[in-house]
Amino acid sequence: MSSDKFDAGKPVGGLPSPLRRKLLLGMAALPAVGLLPRGALAQALPTDAVNTTKLAVTDSTVKVGILHSTTGTMAISETGSVQAEKLAIAQINEMGGVLGRKIEVIQEDGASDWPTFAEKARKLLVEDKVAAVFGCWTSASRKAVLPVFEQYNGMLYYPTFYEGLEQSKNVIYTGQEATQQILAGLDWVTKEKGAKSFFLIGSDYIWPRTSNKIARKHIEMKGQKVVGEEYFPLGHTQFNSVINKIKLTKPDVIYASVVGGSNVAFYKQMKAAGIDLNKQVLMTISVTEDEMLGIGGENIAGAYACMKYFQSLQNPNNEKFVAAFKAMWGANSVIGDVTQAGYLGPWLWKLTVEKAKSFDIDKIAVASEGIEFSGAPEGYVRVHGNHHLWSKTRVGRARPDGQFDVVYETADLIEPNPFPKGYQ
Amino acid sequence: MFEGYSLAELGSIFAMQGFAGLILFSVFVLMALGLAIIFGQMGVINMAHGEFMILGAYVTYLCSNFISSTAPALFPAYFFIAMILAFVASGALGMLVEWGMIRFLYRRPLDTLLATWGLSLILQQVFRSVFGAREVGVVLPDWLMGSVAVTDTIEVPINGLFVMALTMGITAVIYAVMFRSRWGQGVRAVMQNRTMAGAVGINTEKVDRYTFGLGCGIAGVAGSAFTMVGSTGPTSGQLYIVDTFLVVVFGGAQSLVGTIASAFTISQAQSTMEFFLSGSTAKVLTLLTVVVILMLRPQGLFVLKVRR
Repeated sequence: MSSDKFDAGKPVGGLPSPLRRKLLLGMAALPAVGLLPRGALAQALPTDAVNTTKLAVTDSTVKVGILHSTTGTMAISETGSVQAEKLAIAQINEMGGVLGRKIEVIQEDGASDWPTFAEKARKLLVEDKVAAVFGCWTSASRKAVLPVFEQYNGMLYYPTFYEGLEQSKNVIYTGQEATQQILAGLDWVTKEKGAKSFFLIGSDYIWPRTSNKIARKHIEMKGQKVVGEEYFPLGHTQFNSVINKIKLTKPDVIYASVVGGSNVAFYKQMKAAGIDLNKQVLMTISVTEDEMLGIGGENIAGAYACMKYFQSLQNPNNEKFVAAFKAMWGANSVIGDVTQAGYLGPWLWKLTVEKAKSFDIDKIAVASEGIEFSGAPEGYVRVHGNHHLWSKTRVGRARPDGQFDVVYETADLIEPNPFPKGYQ
Repeated sequence: MFEGYSLAELGSIFAMQGFAGLILFSVFVLMALGLAIIFGQMGVINMAHGEFMILGAYVTYLCSNFISSTAPALFPAYFFIAMILAFVASGALGMLVEWGMIRFLYRRPLDTLLATWGLSLILQQVFRSVFGAREVGVVLPDWLMGSVAVTDTIEVPINGLFVMALTMGITAVIYAVMFRSRWGQGVRAVMQNRTMAGAVGINTEKVDRYTFGLGCGIAGVAGSAFTMVGSTGPTSGQLYIVDTFLVVVFGGAQSLVGTIASAFTISQAQSTMEFFLSGSTAKVLTLLTVVVILMLRPQGLFVLKVRR
């Protein structure tokens, strides 16, 4: 992985032309990956050698699974991940696939129901014998499938930023764990805005609670104050009381991790209550471009979001990625942090397989450490030995048009630390 | 939590908190009125109530897009057009559903629960297929955003006031229709004794259809109004359904006054506790209180005395 350019070669025949044009556009956007002539690898590496555990790999194809909710309440969030994963797979196939084998996708619907996720994961691993699964979004769905992946020895690429406190041989976490998302953002707001007091507000489940626990420790270690910490049931739609409480406590920073439909209600009601986000600093770790669609840019403009990726990021990789995404999924598509992390999954898997020269799960689990992907839209990333990614933390400021202005990024990659000492 | 605040500051916070409670009260009444008519007056457990609301919200969304692209000059007033259209759309769908499904189930009230739950799933998937899985953003006219400064420190959200006014208006209309019109008399007669009402010449089928349509139509208006304070997505209706049933059941299913009293009690309890305790705790305590009161008084707060 050193070259910054590659030769895409000629497109493969047989695709209907609009799709082919889309894929071609996608190829123009391809990040840097070196490539041997098509077919050469498959002959050089016979299936018996690269697949000793009876995965669904033939001389010309390899099967992978995509497991997200396309129905039910989580479809709102997971649609973007599915699109990004399919884009990455289409681009990889255009380049000749993985070890000379075309990727075939088997897509299953988790239906926003955690037992369904577990059942579909079992189906993908046991019946379809897929070589990798790209999927899950909520922590609850990941916790539901984890025992299945460990029992049947599968490999899951999980795209969402999450609360940490987990590490598995069978999972690669392509999103940020909590400390990667939280600490640098808090330091930035302290330095830039002189923040001394914080009001933490979140939805009532594991991710906001764990994240706020880490945030509170960090805030208090620096001698600053938490003036309020509030949680609301998922789906809560009335925030007027807590908004009054915020007005009463006058925090320097509102630190928000409200999710789902509640998010929309929270920002609309804050705006209605006369809290001007251009004067009151608000930092959120739960609003990406996806959520902005529902909230409405005019209701949240001025707020800061702490993520690792924004669609407006300016670098050649990202410009190509955004163009390819829009070519494949429509000009009105928006790309949030998790969507980009979903896009990394298939690429990291391809690179790992090529490094290991094998599809075997055990070899991939070991080979993952140190895998580098310089073509990532967020910029260079590397896989840590704990199966999380080294990545930068960025702060973006919400604009009325639904995009973010990137106002800060860390100079270096932040080390993933899913079990942070002193924060538990 | 009140150290270091002047009396004036505290006063204005409590005033705003009082408004927050009243706004929550209006929201509860608005979402429960339609259900109170359908569940209370007809005995139909309509699990798809939330989806009728969201239909109204989507109509508002379409209306805002349509008007901002064809007649931007009308945009400030589009919300009123949208609410009328939402009433018509949800009401029409309600009458269709009554004709196609509910009328076969009047003698089997528990089956309406399953049937309407199925209907709610179908409607959710229809919304998802038509409008996409993601939430849509409804753009509001500028005059509905922001807040009115009553004094220097007291600010009241305009959309909250709008919901309050709307709720009062609709409640007044419902009262007039149900208790002061001949048609309302028919509805109440059918509810009290279907066979007798039929025997004295009331067209019970027609009454049923229009009553169901009216309830659904009001749900549509509520959904349209809630685009100001909440989200619009295929499953957003689910956010309201629990609170809606809570309010109606607690109030005593057959009494519209009970619905209003119960909305007032629950909203004040919840908004006060949310202020002094935390959000989740407030919800737990509210639900616990309701459970205890319903154990002591299973028929709800208010009950109609009817000879059975």
